[in-house]
Amino acid sequence: MNNKTRTAWLFLAPMLIVLLLVALWPLGRTIWFSFTDANINNLDAAKFIGFENYFGEYGLFANPNYTDGFWSSDWGTAIVNTLKFSVVSVTIETLMGLGVAMLLNQEFKGRAWVRAAVLVPWAIPTIVSAKMWGWMLHDQFGVINQWLVDWGLLAEKLAWTADPDFALWTVVAVDVWKTTPFMALLILAALQTLPKDCYEAAKVDGVHPLRVFWKVTLPLIKPALMVAVIFRLLDALRVFDLIYVLTSNNNSTISMSGFVRREMVDNGYMGYGSAASTALFLIIGLCTVAYIKLGRMKMAED
Amino acid sequence: MKTPLFGRIALYLAATVVVLLSVYPFLYAVTTSFKSGGALFEPTLWPSSWSLDNYISLFTLAEQPFGRHIFNSIMVSVLVVVISLFIGVTAAYALGRIQFKGRGLLLTTVLSVSMFPQVAVLAGMFELIRFLGIYNKALGLVLPYMIFTLPFTVWVLTTFMKQLPKELEEAAIMDGCSPWRIIKDVFMPLLWPALVSTGLLAFIAAWNEFLFALTFVLDNNERTVPVSISLISGASKYDIPWGNIMAASVLVTLPLIALVLIFQKKIVSGLTAGAVKG
Repeated sequence: MNNKTRTAWLFLAPMLIVLLLVALWPLGRTIWFSFTDANINNLDAAKFIGFENYFGEYGLFANPNYTDGFWSSDWGTAIVNTLKFSVVSVTIETLMGLGVAMLLNQEFKGRAWVRAAVLVPWAIPTIVSAKMWGWMLHDQFGVINQWLVDWGLLAEKLAWTADPDFALWTVVAVDVWKTTPFMALLILAALQTLPKDCYEAAKVDGVHPLRVFWKVTLPLIKPALMVAVIFRLLDALRVFDLIYVLTSNNNSTISMSGFVRREMVDNGYMGYGSAASTALFLIIGLCTVAYIKLGRMKMAED
Repeated sequence: MKTPLFGRIALYLAATVVVLLSVYPFLYAVTTSFKSGGALFEPTLWPSSWSLDNYISLFTLAEQPFGRHIFNSIMVSVLVVVISLFIGVTAAYALGRIQFKGRGLLLTTVLSVSMFPQVAVLAGMFELIRFLGIYNKALGLVLPYMIFTLPFTVWVLTTFMKQLPKELEEAAIMDGCSPWRIIKDVFMPLLWPALVSTGLLAFIAAWNEFLFALTFVLDNNERTVPVSISLISGASKYDIPWGNIMAASVLVTLPLIALVLIFQKKIVSGLTAGAVKG
């Protein structure tokens, strides 16, 4: 090993040790727990039980007690909720983020103020935004119900966060409000790197603006857009706090992360919960790989 | 070039809608926090009378030491920032300035850690924290928080470090400077903007974290503010003290909004360095 390489590893050591301690080791232990019957109150008594937590009698998958089928079990519902939430909210965020970014890319008076205002939802902690919206969407005293009834859009006030028909979509709406700024900022940064001259050329030639958008703008910002989408998608797939606080983690909105925490901490089934979290880890890993393959994106520049 | 009048009007209309949608909910939370008693349940933005009751009772509640929780959150977030920046700078120096085998693979691995869902390590982390004796202690949260601040800090600082001119370092090496001195005296002064932006983002992430804080700290004195807010409750399910919740929300959010607005450019450049150039 030459001198340079030794220096490199020496300077990398603190990071490697910390990451080993907080990421790799706990991940490995969690996967190990998923093959045991560990209980949170007595981890030492954990026994190896193979794939019982996954495919056994009370396992996550192929459980004979699921009389109504897998997709109506709690775990199946958690998977469906998470996927619905992620796909719908990221799609809306991307479209709205694109819109806001295009708006901020225009030159107009007060643009700096608009950009500052857009940052506000992003700066608000998720728990605070959940509580804030929980209050505005309150079934009796919420300002939103009041408006909708006053304007004649609703006949009676709705329980936005409790009614199983609306709860998940309410969560999506609050998430969109909170994270559209992130999308908009990333897309805006990409828009600002675009060369100005080809837009002027297009204008002189009288090309329709929509055509310019499709043929020039979109292909040029596509790489940045892909990265922004994957960042948000990974974040959305592990959603926990928003749902936990806004809808109290009830069955109609529980996410995979929420399911894991409920089983692991509230019910104490560390082994079973670990199996669910390992499954979530694999699902997120698969989504990432599929997405990268799909977009043929380069993750590391080297 | 002049755009047609209609286009200008549409532009300003869109801008107004975006501003209202972004700011109104928080504004409503602020004014709600000054309403007390029956005024709380009037769905108007402006309170008929202003009162500080919610703020006063927030700090005098015996069962909810909110001042202590703010202090805990500040301690945890500051420590997280200091440690992540220190480790981030040393690692970024190796990853950004030294050519060695396995560098690309290492960067990809670091990045993939940031994609870990937090719950994937929950069980193992619980065991580790118990083992280290930092269960139920606010400061104990600093360790698990590294999992999301460190990869991102390393990634962004490496990107910045790579952009610095080579000549700087070569001159220092010629003068016989050790790598440690090169980082301290040559790179650190140039890295300030990047350190500010990554530091702020790490601070915000630590300040807002909920899952670990909820799971690893049960002692009422050791909680951080997000958990504290989520647990503010009244005598019954139908008696939730919304005024107190809004007052607490405003208190923990205002400093963040101030930071974000003051350092707008830095934060945006930190966010985009992590994503767009990646």
